[in-house]
Amino acid sequence: MLMLVLREPMRVAMALITTMVSLGAIYGVLGVHFIAAFQVLIYVGAVMVFMVYVIMLLEVREAPGNRRYSNLLVAGVLAFTMLVGVLGISVWRSVAPTSLSAVPDGAVFGMTEFSTLFLRDYWLPFELTTVLLVAAIVAALAVVKVSRRTHG
Amino acid sequence: MDKHQSLLWLSIAIFSLGLLGVIVRRNALIMLMCMELMLNGVNLSLITFLHRSAVAAGGVLVFLTFVVATAEIAIAIPIVLLLVRRTRSLDLDAYTDLKG
Repeated sequence: MLMLVLREPMRVAMALITTMVSLGAIYGVLGVHFIAAFQVLIYVGAVMVFMVYVIMLLEVREAPGNRRYSNLLVAGVLAFTMLVGVLGISVWRSVAPTSLSAVPDGAVFGMTEFSTLFLRDYWLPFELTTVLLVAAIVAALAVVKVSRRTHG
Repeated sequence: MDKHQSLLWLSIAIFSLGLLGVIVRRNALIMLMCMELMLNGVNLSLITFLHRSAVAAGGVLVFLTFVVATAEIAIAIPIVLLLVRRTRSLDLDAYTDLKG
C-alpha cells in the first residue's frame, strides 16, 4: 500500500524491499527454507540492489507540481476492486469447503528431494531458462550498443 | 478461515496492489517495481499451493519465476536508462513520442 502513495522512487524501493523480506519470512515459517533463502538472495540481493543503484544513478528530480497519478486513476481503482472481488469470490468458494488438508503441516521439501526432482523431471524448463537468460544478456548488450551509437 | 486461505488473500492483495500501481503511477521505475510486486504475489500463491498439496511443481515454478523476473529487470533497466537519457525525465508522459 505504501508503494502507491509514496512519491520518491527510493522510498518505494525501500517499501518493496520490506515487503520482499517479509515474504521471505513467511516462506521460512511455511517450511520452504531454500525458497526463502533464494527470495532474499535473488530479489533483495540482486534485483532490488540493481534497482536502487539505478535510482541513485539517474537522480531525476521530479518537478514539485508534477502529478503523482495518471489519468487512469478512477479506472484503475475500479479494475482493482473488480479484480479483488472476482479473485476473492473464487478463493472463498474453492478453498473453504476443502480446508481440511490431507497433508500434515510438517510436509515440506528438503533441498535434496527438490533438486533431484528438479533435474530429473523438470529438466526441460531448466534448460529453457538458461536459453532465456542468454537471450536476456544478448538483448541487454544490444540495448547498450544502440545507446552508444546514438549518443556517441 | 484457515492458514492457506489467509495466505491466498494476502497474495490476492499483493497482486492487485501491484496491478493498481502499474496502472495508476506515472513514474517508470515505480511501475517496474510494481511489476515485481505482482510477481511476488504470484510466488506467494504458488508456495501456498505447494505447502497445501505437497506437489513440487509449485517450487519449480517459483524458481522459474525468479529467473524470469531477473531477466525482465535485466532488460527493462537498460531500456529505462536509454529513455531517461533521451528525455531527461522518468515521467511516462515524456515518452509519448514512442507511440507509433
